[in-house]
Amino acid sequence: MWGYVGRRILVLGPMLVLVSVVVFLLLRWGAGDPALTYLRLSQIPPTPQALADARSALGLDRPLGAQYLGWLARAVRLDFGTSYVTRRPVLGDLLYYLPATLELAGVSLLLTIVVSVPLGVLAALHRESLLDNLTRVLAFTGVSMPSFWLGFLLVYAFSVQLHWLPPMGRGGVAHLVLPAITLALMSTCINIRLLRGSLLEHLHARSVLYARVRGIRERWVIGRHVLQNALIPVVTALGMHIGELLGGAVIVEIIFAWPGVGRYAVSAIYNRDYPVMQCFTLLMTVIFVGCNLAVDILYAWLDPRIRFGRENTA
Amino acid sequence: MSCEGSPVRRGLLVAALVVIGALAAAALLAPWVAPHDPTAIDLARKLQPPGKGCFLGTDHLGRDLWSRLVYGARVSIGTVVAIVALILVLSLAVGCTAGYAGGWVDALLMRACDLFLTFPTFILAMFLIGVLGTGLVNVILAIAFTHWAWYARIVRALVLTLKQRNYVLAARVAGTSRGRILIRHILPPVLAQLAILATLDIGHMMLHVSGLSFLGLGVQPPTPEWGVMINDARQYVWTQPALILYPGLMIFLTVMAFNIPGDHLRDVLDPVVRTQGA
Repeated sequence: MWGYVGRRILVLGPMLVLVSVVVFLLLRWGAGDPALTYLRLSQIPPTPQALADARSALGLDRPLGAQYLGWLARAVRLDFGTSYVTRRPVLGDLLYYLPATLELAGVSLLLTIVVSVPLGVLAALHRESLLDNLTRVLAFTGVSMPSFWLGFLLVYAFSVQLHWLPPMGRGGVAHLVLPAITLALMSTCINIRLLRGSLLEHLHARSVLYARVRGIRERWVIGRHVLQNALIPVVTALGMHIGELLGGAVIVEIIFAWPGVGRYAVSAIYNRDYPVMQCFTLLMTVIFVGCNLAVDILYAWLDPRIRFGRENTA
Repeated sequence: MSCEGSPVRRGLLVAALVVIGALAAAALLAPWVAPHDPTAIDLARKLQPPGKGCFLGTDHLGRDLWSRLVYGARVSIGTVVAIVALILVLSLAVGCTAGYAGGWVDALLMRACDLFLTFPTFILAMFLIGVLGTGLVNVILAIAFTHWAWYARIVRALVLTLKQRNYVLAARVAGTSRGRILIRHILPPVLAQLAILATLDIGHMMLHVSGLSFLGLGVQPPTPEWGVMINDARQYVWTQPALILYPGLMIFLTVMAFNIPGDHLRDVLDPVVRTQGA
């Protein structure tokens, strides 16, 4: 299994370099002129002389390849440039806001798992029961609900009307409740149905029938033989949910004035603060890829076919 | 799945199709359905409660809420149609080339798809908007550009299986040209599958479009787009929650109306998608 993990990590490096090339090229081919933006945000009148100075200061007059290699050389030393707006190193700014985003996304992920696993199991065990049908309705609702609307509905109900929870900002646990629910709803709904479907498939597997024939306790059959196998597709989907959570976090941060990287990035996009946009996109992609790697490792560990299959070939 | 033919489920499907039909009608006939110009500002009549003339009231600039909701259907459905069309063209071109050419072309194109699938979708769409600028056309480009890779891989997989089918092999033996085989025997079934897969995805794409618009990165005011309307009304959550309630309800119902038939199609197609798709 470790050979498999090692190979996955080795592929990751070149992939991330390619990602950075794509991001770099898109920025250069985009509609805007970074030098002009730089002058506008520095409030310097864009005279031809000032533009030429800004171009050479930002290295825009050099050939594209040289620009990229220069950027890469600095990026390897974790220097992603300075923000045109705040004049501080971009990575420092982003890392300052990152913990808030990770807290929000992490709690939402946890909420998703804690809620969807028991509900999925119950829905599968009591098929066509009231609970099963309720989760079906919930699944449709959750998948179709725009998070920015759900957020406002929750704020309206629990902050404006009931005064139970704060409508915005970051603070104690109370501040986390509404944003986390808003962010977690969609993944939770998808997960419940996914787990239910997967469980139903495995409930009728031969190994389960055999376990029952051997007289093993039902609780053990469900836990050991059904749930563990049924979790495999759910774990695979988890990687996809993490991407959705990172994107969804941006919207949730805006609704609840949550001081995370998403809010910082959206204002950077308004301003066309190119170094921030570039670093934000790369940072989120690295987190996404890292989480997917973790998911793949978990998957290999859960699924003996992969664990042993790969070891034999390695 | 379990209750494929249950009356409740069939009723839901019919209801969803009726909603889609109504939305399409509203989109096509907006100028006749809407009583007012959706962008006509009248500050003297701002934040009016529901009443004569405008039965859902007016927004903070005195624009008729109902008219804006009706025109919103036009924007929502229009963008999604454009996005799906763009994705179909892009993924067919890349997927067919990769599946048909094979060899290094195939390898190169598939690595390019992998590369696009490495990014978190919404984050990449935000970045593209940052690069291209905001506005309707750029939102369409950004969403299409972030979703095509998955479709291209499915097209390639479909082409690879279809290539081995007996009728295609027979056509080749009979001396039919490559281009003709592609157009006559490969494209139609691929297109049918893709159209169905795109239907499954429409709700999701709509949420992305209105999400970007909500952030101020998508369709721009004064265009009557539902996400924009919610963003416009944010500061009135305390006093005029209806301004947020109705546009959100429209997004919710529209996305749901597209998800319900999608779910039925998924049940019908599940084995096909599972064995031939990603």
